[in-house]
Amino acid sequence: MRTITATHVKYYHVCHRKLWLFDRDLWMEHTSEAVAGGELLHQTAYPQRAERYKEVSIGGSKIDFYDPHRRVIHEIKTSQKLEESHIAQLKYYLWLLEEAGVEGPTALLEYPKLRQTLAVALTPADRADIPQWLTRIQQLQSDNTPCPPTINKPFCRQCSYYEFCYVGE
Amino acid sequence: MRKTYYLFNPGRLSRKDNTLQYTAYDEQGLPGQVKYLPIMDVADLYVFGSLDANSSLYNFLGKNGVSVHFFDYYEHYTGSFMAKEYLLAGKLQVQQTQHYTSKTKRIALARKFVEGSAFNLLKNLRYYQSRGRDVAAHIDQIEGYVAALPFANAVPELMGLEGNIRQTYYSGFDRLVPTDYAFGTRTTQPPQNELNALMSFGNMLCYSACLSQIYHTQLNPTISFLHEPGTRRFSLALDLAEIFKPLLVDRLIFRVLNKREIRPNDFVQDLGRCVLKEPAKKTVVRVFEERLKETIQHRSLKRSVSYQHLIKLECYKLTKHLMQMEEYKPFKAWW
Ligand code: SF4
Repeated sequence: MRTITATHVKYYHVCHRKLWLFDRDLWMEHTSEAVAGGELLHQTAYPQRAERYKEVSIGGSKIDFYDPHRRVIHEIKTSQKLEESHIAQLKYYLWLLEEAGVEGPTALLEYPKLRQTLAVALTPADRADIPQWLTRIQQLQSDNTPCPPTINKPFCRQCSYYEFCYVGE
Repeated sequence: MRKTYYLFNPGRLSRKDNTLQYTAYDEQGLPGQVKYLPIMDVADLYVFGSLDANSSLYNFLGKNGVSVHFFDYYEHYTGSFMAKEYLLAGKLQVQQTQHYTSKTKRIALARKFVEGSAFNLLKNLRYYQSRGRDVAAHIDQIEGYVAALPFANAVPELMGLEGNIRQTYYSGFDRLVPTDYAFGTRTTQPPQNELNALMSFGNMLCYSACLSQIYHTQLNPTISFLHEPGTRRFSLALDLAEIFKPLLVDRLIFRVLNKREIRPNDFVQDLGRCVLKEPAKKTVVRVFEERLKETIQHRSLKRSVSYQHLIKLECYKLTKHLMQMEEYKPFKAWW
């Protein structure tokens, strides 16, 4: 079985085609300014946080800010665009922690630029859904699965695969 | 945007913190003028003159993804220093190889390159035909060869047709450039007259531009379909160049000769071969670079893209074909 990372989960909620391409190492992100911007935000937004938070690797994913005493994950994002997929990603982390025996972990999704914070917790419905996401992601990873079609959504214009997907002739 | 830099004069290139330092040598071989280039501005380097450099410079270039391509005195491509291949994708590699080894898959792709090339060169001829140059017979003849393309079922056959198309096309050149130039036949090794010299130089620039773009995608530049891999080390660039030569090189030749930016005395005969003089080379490179940066409105992307970027888009289309996502349709100038 191939590894499923948090990025897989995030893309699964954005576009299955994007997930399919990403999983085959057809990456476009290296040229994307947005990615570089996101990394910088991590380094500069909370310089004095290092004390309390730990970087944790779990199930092939890396959680950047985890407070093991309070069992809280902090995730920092630049904008609320694609918020659904950010929430999904956090739920996946929470699920991984629970599977590893951590009791009642919670998460905070923060938008420092917008001065907004959103609390995320795992519901019984999530616990039923997440294994289904994972089954579907595994299907998309399989060699026999053809690339899903383009989604033709406004989001595509901002996606790093835009030109790849829509170049036409 | 990172840029391609061309080094014509002899000199020394070294690292100075996060900057490249280029010291040109004067006629006596003594260090002269010094120039600085921030590494983040450099996409790749093309070296025509002799260049002194040490391994720490190459480590620095490699870490920053900058490749260096070398050319001899006659502008023949001699080799490259390639930064570590940071983008290779396993499944694409496997597919690219399979499309080469399968006879039917390979010919299908090879045919597309010839089709794209023929379409674009016919476009050039038609443009001149509409402006009163009589190349109707050439157009007819080429269309005949194009009609035969679907029936070629081996790569050498396809190459043969490709050769015929080019010969016919070149034989029309005499009508498109000033009368000082007679094309005769196309001679490559060595180029024997001015037009051939100009064409060899231009084709080399086009090949290099394709190589740079391939290098910024995940395709393997050594596995090609129309040209036999190994014809040159990076033969996929030759395949792609076929499609872009009519737009990037041939139109450049018509322009510099018709506008007299290049004149007969810009060439020298040297040991049975014709070469462009130094200042003329710079002119050609400048016009070529301008051309690469020129933009057109892309039909399906609805954004303006440069010619250089069109080459990269072609790499994406090829990737999609190889990954069995979408059949490759070669770029055809639509304007
Ligand atoms: S451009 Fe649109 S269709 Fe293509 S991967 Fe991105 S989101 Fe999916």
